[in-house]
Amino acid sequence: MIWNENIECSGREQMRQLQSERLLETVKRVYSNVSSYRKKMQETELVPEDIRSIDDLPLLPFTDKSDLRDHYPFGMFTVPMSEIVRLHASSGTTGKPVVVGYTRRDLNMWAEVVTRALCMAGAHKNDIVQVAYGYGLFTGGLGLHYGTENLGATVIPISGGNTKKQIQLMQDFGSTVISCTPSYALHLAEAFNDLGIDPAEMKLRIGLFGAEPWSENMRKEIEEKLKIKAIDIYGLSEIVGPGVSCECEAQNGMHVNEDHFIPEIIDPETLQPLQAGELGELVFTTLTKEGIPLIRYRTRDLTRLNYAKCACGRTLVRMDKCLGRSDDMLIIRGVNVFPSQIESILLEMSETEPHYLLVVDREGTLDTLHVMVEVQEQFFSDEIKQLQALRTKITDAMQSTLGLSVHVKLVEPKTIERTSGKAKRVIDNRKM
Amino acid sequence: MIKKQVSVFLENKIGRLNEVTHILGKNGINISAFSIADTSDFGILRIIVPDPEKALKVLKENNFSAKTTDVVFMNSPNKPGALAKALQVLNSEEVSIEYMYAFSMNEETAVIVIKPSDLSLCMEKLKKHQDAFISDGEHYII
Repeated sequence: MIWNENIECSGREQMRQLQSERLLETVKRVYSNVSSYRKKMQETELVPEDIRSIDDLPLLPFTDKSDLRDHYPFGMFTVPMSEIVRLHASSGTTGKPVVVGYTRRDLNMWAEVVTRALCMAGAHKNDIVQVAYGYGLFTGGLGLHYGTENLGATVIPISGGNTKKQIQLMQDFGSTVISCTPSYALHLAEAFNDLGIDPAEMKLRIGLFGAEPWSENMRKEIEEKLKIKAIDIYGLSEIVGPGVSCECEAQNGMHVNEDHFIPEIIDPETLQPLQAGELGELVFTTLTKEGIPLIRYRTRDLTRLNYAKCACGRTLVRMDKCLGRSDDMLIIRGVNVFPSQIESILLEMSETEPHYLLVVDREGTLDTLHVMVEVQEQFFSDEIKQLQALRTKITDAMQSTLGLSVHVKLVEPKTIERTSGKAKRVIDNRKM
Repeated sequence: MIKKQVSVFLENKIGRLNEVTHILGKNGINISAFSIADTSDFGILRIIVPDPEKALKVLKENNFSAKTTDVVFMNSPNKPGALAKALQVLNSEEVSIEYMYAFSMNEETAVIVIKPSDLSLCMEKLKKHQDAFISDGEHYII
């Protein structure tokens, strides 16, 4: 089912017109209400009247996470706090948290885009949706929660963690949809295995997974192990939270809710806009947000845009699965390495679980990359030569893909830290 | 005879072997024999215990990668030259072996544990020599 057919299947010209109208309003609003935007625009002698349509987007200055941190907590809000009905914040692992505020209308818009996402995934009002994202300052839990209610489906607000209870409620309540991180989905699959329960006995048919990058191979593994359709949902709290974009049942790119968020792709080095189809950094401009509208916000996620009409009938532009992050990219001996590349290599080898950790060190002047890989129980052999062959196979595959020498270390199962939130995949010990 | 050996994947780091033996001890599992094959990064601990299935269950519950493997037990006299005799037979029959180790049961008897490449072929060839083993009045039990 298409939730909002008018918008989701609208013609390109019609969409551009809507976007242009909304962009003009947004630019006017931030110019008059947010001093940092006004200052940035004045630096390039830009006034709101210079922006006539979305073709003028490249004239506007970028916004970065550091802008949000510099104006912590509420400095970028365009409405008085009396209008803000909810706050969310991203984890502050690299400094102060980033705080976002929502007006009543923002929350309604957010519920609308999440509802669209659920429908894209194939959910409907008779579904029972187990929201296993964390509830709290993180946008995952509450975002999915209100989208599910808006759809009219049943929400189980179980939040993250407590795996045994997740499985028990899934059995008892007959959950048909689950939403969590993809690494937690694999963790659930392991837990089913440990408990000796066949996931095929569950009523579960759809999973909406997001909040961390995952590969096509990881999708295959989740789909096979949990016997569901695994759908990629994308979002970031700065823009709104989950629901910025989502895959449809065609599983061929995530439809961006572009009537609310215009995507652009830029070269992360030169900051110049790239053509549709080119790989680069994703940048969003919000079009309807009242609490904290963002102009050309740099997501650091690497992807491509595809404007072709989708098999599902939607015309909303699609973005590819994120290929990594422009700031997570490791440069090792001059070679660009994305953790997602390592993951997809490991998933191609049925012998290993996709639980890995990259450790980058500097020995003298030379950077080294160690990859810790957990050995799956089914493959474990009592013969050294079999395990050495496995290690050689992984090493060779990584070296040929990355063009870099890699030291692979096989480690015991479940020794690499698991979390129900985002998985830690990289330890960079280099002192730059 | 064919018996089950338990093997465990171990990272080459301090305390792992201690951990395995501690877990088995705590669960009342006696280790009759063990051997370790190691590389610089990891090792495989192979153990002989009275109840391999119980040991396997306990190890898995403690998140170890473990499995049971069929191996050949050959009882031999516990005296000089006995192992040589057994190996000579294996050699003459060109039985290919992945690994082997041995332990003493008591003053009279030792056990040779063999992991052949082909278990049934190995048994067949050893049985063929059963008479030769016993002809000296010595106690080889295959």
